[in-house]
Amino acid sequence: MTQKNKHWNLSPAPESTGHISLKERYGVFIDGEFRMPDHGNVFSSVNPSTGEVLAEITESSSAEVDQAVAAARAAFTGEWSKMGGGERGKYLYRLARLLQEKSREFAVIESLDGGKPIRESRDVDVPLAAAHLFYYAGWADKLSYAFPNRSPRPLGVAGQIIPWNFPLLMAAWKIAPALATGNTVVLKPAETTSLTALKLAELIQEAGFPPGVVNVVTGHGNVGAAIVNHNDVDKVAFTGSTEVGKMIQKAIAGTNKRCTLELGGKAANIVFDDAAIDQAVEGIVNGIYFNQGHVCCAGSRLFVQESIHDELIEKLKHRMGTLIVGDPMDKNTDVGAINSQEQLATIEQYIEVGKQEGAEFYQPDCELPQVGFWCRPTLFTDVAQSNRRAQEDIFGPVLAVQTFRTVAEVIQKANNTPYGLSAGVWTDKGSKIFNMTSQMKAGVVWANTYNLFDPTSPFGGFKESGFGREGGLHGLSAYLEI
Amino acid sequence: MNQSGTARVFSSPAIDQVGVVERAKRFTARSIKSQAKRQGLGMVLSMIDLTTLEGMDTEGKVKQLCYKAQHLHDSIDGLPNVAAVCVYPNFVGLAKRSLAGSGIKVASVATAFPSGNSSLEIKLADVSMAVSEGADEIDMVISRGRFHRGDYNFVFDEIAAVKAACGESRLKTILETGELGSLDKVRLASDIAIAAGADFIKTSTGKIQPAATMPVTLVMLEAIRDHFQKTGLMVGMKPAGGISKAKLALHYLIMVKETLGDDWLDPKWFRFGASSLANDVLMQIAKQQTGAYQAANYFAID
Repeated sequence: MTQKNKHWNLSPAPESTGHISLKERYGVFIDGEFRMPDHGNVFSSVNPSTGEVLAEITESSSAEVDQAVAAARAAFTGEWSKMGGGERGKYLYRLARLLQEKSREFAVIESLDGGKPIRESRDVDVPLAAAHLFYYAGWADKLSYAFPNRSPRPLGVAGQIIPWNFPLLMAAWKIAPALATGNTVVLKPAETTSLTALKLAELIQEAGFPPGVVNVVTGHGNVGAAIVNHNDVDKVAFTGSTEVGKMIQKAIAGTNKRCTLELGGKAANIVFDDAAIDQAVEGIVNGIYFNQGHVCCAGSRLFVQESIHDELIEKLKHRMGTLIVGDPMDKNTDVGAINSQEQLATIEQYIEVGKQEGAEFYQPDCELPQVGFWCRPTLFTDVAQSNRRAQEDIFGPVLAVQTFRTVAEVIQKANNTPYGLSAGVWTDKGSKIFNMTSQMKAGVVWANTYNLFDPTSPFGGFKESGFGREGGLHGLSAYLEI
Repeated sequence: MNQSGTARVFSSPAIDQVGVVERAKRFTARSIKSQAKRQGLGMVLSMIDLTTLEGMDTEGKVKQLCYKAQHLHDSIDGLPNVAAVCVYPNFVGLAKRSLAGSGIKVASVATAFPSGNSSLEIKLADVSMAVSEGADEIDMVISRGRFHRGDYNFVFDEIAAVKAACGESRLKTILETGELGSLDKVRLASDIAIAAGADFIKTSTGKIQPAATMPVTLVMLEAIRDHFQKTGLMVGMKPAGGISKAKLALHYLIMVKETLGDDWLDPKWFRFGASSLANDVLMQIAKQQTGAYQAANYFAID
């Protein structure tokens, strides 16, 4: 008997959410305890895939920021900066292990709060966050080996402001090197995604860190501004938009605050005609549709050598057709919800501009849920270097495709942007990779892969994508007087 | 490179091994539940080539296998039959008689299986014998030695000759990927086999390790897809050896679906060469129906 099996569709495979614990309302985390301010100024954290309110978050006042900085200062001048590196490392190791133990809960909350697919928060965000904590825990007692013949000293209180695209991971990127080097921290998560930072604060409590070593204040941009402008903050670390990055630089000009900025990007992902084409297609998809394109290093400008353009685009469209867009909590979802209504409006506006600019537009024909914020994976071909969507950071699942003929041409075009965070090169030829990587003005250049992260590898930008490096040995020096 | 007068130039796209392994792993992250799992398990059963290829094969063994092919597990109603029974040429007639009226195909290995080291005349005679005994499908092996020497024309011509000898029987071309050494070579061999007229390309004889793996199968599926996109012609795929668990088989089907599309989810275009896979699938189906796993001894081995 032969059996016709046309249309084999996956059944729903929802990750259960019954095991998580969330409070109805969160205060701020200062001096080792959660404080519920009496001003009662709160806002809602919303699940972007359903519109459901997950918890009430405190809008911190300047008084709370003062308290947080004061607590961080007291902890710094108290025991934390004097503690041996080995002891500091133990705290970080403990935090890393606790995070691993609760990885499932953190993954679920990250997906509920931010809209990213559970597959990504489970397989990427949470394990990488733990890996960063483990990695920098290992450096804590080896700073004199990291910087031989120097006497590295911590800076003091670090004000750290993180974005909504990788809430927990960015918190770990910021906290881990700061604590390993003996600094104390005031952390502000993005207003749409505060939950995992607050859950991390619970773990910090559980790990028994001395009070005030890590403080978490929540709220909108004015809270971040209060941290940046605070007189007793020694270092500002910011990940977010270039626009805000410029404001921060202006704000701290003339002070002796140290600063690292990791800002926007408009990465060139370059595919040569000798590349392994199917694997390049996979890398293009991972480069731009990973985390709904809410990735500062997303490969949003695709440069294809003209001789393989048609074949590559056909394969790319085929692959886009297999992406499953929808419920972030379904284990089979590839592309989740757009993080907020505001961000969705921005993306849709760019798509509209793209259509008006006359490029060829493509989206796979997939069904979207009725409620929540959604954007299909989007492709624009026939894009010109002068088009807006080839120049501006859209921060969504929108790919602009341009063609090129020669190596010299593509290097020139790839570098012809105010940004310089990342780039990708696809070729089967090793010598071409070395030639390209040495000429790209980008902090990270991936060869035959994309969006691959590792705590040992420094990450950061050129030009308007910021300065300073996070990760690796370089990440330590951003928090040390050497 | 080759000395034959009519030189063809074979060129295949580059394959990045790291990328292929990563992509193959991604298929295994798909979660196959409830209805999708039931449907998938049924599909797997219907795509199995139940195989016995041993030096000690006897009439008794072949008869038992043919019976099993038609009665996979009689205590469960509505099970599909397997796609084919795969035997050596001298058992084709017996298998054909044993399976008469069942709709189950008889496949026969041929061309000096498994090494393929013989003359073209002997290989063609091997094929003709199996075909005249009634084999519906011929599983040939390519000449890996000549392939490694770069005699791609020889390999092509040999496949084309065997295809001609197959007549109405469908030709599966075994690349023996475990002897090819790299995914680039797997892709090149796939392209040559497809160009020479293979109806199916197949990973392995089952006599060499590693046999079928997901990365190797993915590279072959991509060759099939590229051929389809260029010509509109479908070619079948058969991973063989090393697939003994239902879960792994379902991940293979996900890979087929996402690489080639639902049209290939059909025994006409996709097969598993396996002897022990069927019972694991049956065990999973029984579990779906009864809610409990049954012991292995509840399932007949032949």
